[in-house]
Amino acid sequence: MTAETIQLLTPEGERVDHPEYPVDDADVRGMYRDMVLVRRIDSEAIALQRQGELGLWASLLGQEAAQIGSARALSAKDMAFPSYREHGVAWCRGLDPVRVLEMYRGVTNGAWDPEEHKFHLYTIVIGNQTLHATGYAMGIQRDGCEDEAVIAYFGDGATSQGDVSEAFAWASVFNAPVVFFCQNNQFAISAPPERQSRAPIYQRASGFGFPGIRVDGNDVLACYAVTRQALRAAREGEGPMLIEAFTYRMGAHTTTDDPTRYRLASELEAWRLRDPIERVRSYLARTGEADGAFFEQVAAEADELAAKLRAACLALPDPPPLALFDHVYAGGNAILDAERAQYAAYLAGFEEKGAGR
Amino acid sequence: MTRITLSRALNEGLRRSLEADQKVLIMGEDVGRLGGVFRVTDGLQKDFGDRVVDTPLAESGIVGTAIGLALRGYRPVCEIQFDGFVYPAIDQIVSQLAKMRYRSRGRIALPIVIRIPFGGGIGAVEHHSESPEVFFAHTAGLRVIACADPADAFAMIQLAIADDDPVIFFEPKRRYWDKAEVDMTAPLGDALPLDKARVVQQGDDVTLLSYGPLVRTCLEAAVAAQAEGRSVEVINLRSLSPLDMETITASVTRTGRCVVAHEAPVFGGLGGEIAARVTERCFYQLEAPVLRVGGFAVPYPPARMEDHYLPDLDRILDAVDQSFGY
Repeated sequence: MTAETIQLLTPEGERVDHPEYPVDDADVRGMYRDMVLVRRIDSEAIALQRQGELGLWASLLGQEAAQIGSARALSAKDMAFPSYREHGVAWCRGLDPVRVLEMYRGVTNGAWDPEEHKFHLYTIVIGNQTLHATGYAMGIQRDGCEDEAVIAYFGDGATSQGDVSEAFAWASVFNAPVVFFCQNNQFAISAPPERQSRAPIYQRASGFGFPGIRVDGNDVLACYAVTRQALRAAREGEGPMLIEAFTYRMGAHTTTDDPTRYRLASELEAWRLRDPIERVRSYLARTGEADGAFFEQVAAEADELAAKLRAACLALPDPPPLALFDHVYAGGNAILDAERAQYAAYLAGFEEKGAGR
Repeated sequence: MTRITLSRALNEGLRRSLEADQKVLIMGEDVGRLGGVFRVTDGLQKDFGDRVVDTPLAESGIVGTAIGLALRGYRPVCEIQFDGFVYPAIDQIVSQLAKMRYRSRGRIALPIVIRIPFGGGIGAVEHHSESPEVFFAHTAGLRVIACADPADAFAMIQLAIADDDPVIFFEPKRRYWDKAEVDMTAPLGDALPLDKARVVQQGDDVTLLSYGPLVRTCLEAAVAAQAEGRSVEVINLRSLSPLDMETITASVTRTGRCVVAHEAPVFGGLGGEIAARVTERCFYQLEAPVLRVGGFAVPYPPARMEDHYLPDLDRILDAVDQSFGY
């Protein structure tokens, strides 16, 4: 880590104080538990995909601290705009993880109510959501709600998209209460960050006129503290901030990707030594904040959660065929309605013949 | 003859184009070291070095800089990773790429190929299964092409790169791993020109028109129809803009019936344009209206519903049956 990176917990699990980011009130045991649980959700989802129960899965392995730390900094009223890998954020927003699996299983594209959880739907087209987050923040500002802010999640690859630069421009000139949380996981599928920018990502903000900061993305305390402060500043009218969480995608881009084609095993091994969960475990054990019983209990809870999740995933029914035509418009649409009727008649024809589909 | 996949056929075609013309460049997301998410560019960076460029992650940037490179004399072949990711580049394609020859009064050619894997049927998440071809077919100044099988893919990608107009080149992603015999020694000059349709199955009773992923489904439908005593002629359109109306008209004039199948929504789709033109040309020979089978007027659905959305063998045969009901 360079000197300019905020770190509060070293890879060895030692606390480092930073005058601007006091976190003595942090629930470190809770953070540990969240990280272990989401990692277990993640590994179960990978297994389910391998067994053909999910169409795809985008693993968060290695990014638990960035997600849990930042999401725990959100208030209940803050709004989050995820990309498609924010399963840890989803967890912190109170989503049943089966909702996320529902999307990757291909049952629905909208498995949860974004306003209920203050967690927007996953956005797959790279960077699109940063503009939505900015617009939402402009709405908060217009409504005069000083106790709400927005966080936009995106990756290092997204910083090359026009939408992200436009979001920075808008957020800046309108002083929108939005925190841009970039998880730099070192890969846009196969492309390293040097393929997106010669300058460190967090420095991009200064050109747009707002502060940018780099945080150790594998340090849950630092991610929590820095995000909490950025959100507070946004709520207090100080405008946007860019946080670059410097982390590492330990898994593949998605289950269809083969990272052995483009990265060295040695690099992965080096990052394993900076595992986001291990350092918290070391810290808790060393300080006596947690003992073996606690770690065992969390591990057991994780396995239980995974078993429940698996059962819930397998029990997900396929949507009925005619659901295909629902929710395209607020009301009816003559062409669509005719197509629905025609297809219903077509399907009924098979039933009459006893052929089925 | 070599038996290869469609993905491999494109790879071999790209390789030949890179060898034939030093000005040919390949650019896109993950096309270099990874070899593309469908491995279409596998090994090309190894052999052609910096002529195969991993770009930053920005589709507008890919097409916009390709235009600049073409202005400077290069022939960029851009890869857009998935159909649903082409939209950030639409501005560059529609406002600049398509119009440059016209607005420069013929002084500027932009020999750029934009490869786009398209269509569904692979159980993918959102934005990975779309059929956006009609947006481009509607845009004057672009050639719009769709390959359907390995042999065609091998020749068509080379013809597209050699063409002096911008070409939007659609690849049927669910057919990437289909294998067929390809004669890689045949001179490119002998290949069927880019703007020609191909009769892939001769028949007498009805003309079935398609392109891209559904050509294979139509061929299967023709076999099934044969069992019921119906002789189906299947035409692979290959070129979506311009349309080879000569080949289409000759067939429909003979069969008197015409069905168009595509994955894209029927409403506002290419089938409508074909139906109108066939009706204008073959009105007195038609025994039935031109029928269309395609996607519904809904966004591409989640994977667990896509089998209902995509025209399959049954729906195509149903349309063929209907055509005989008049």
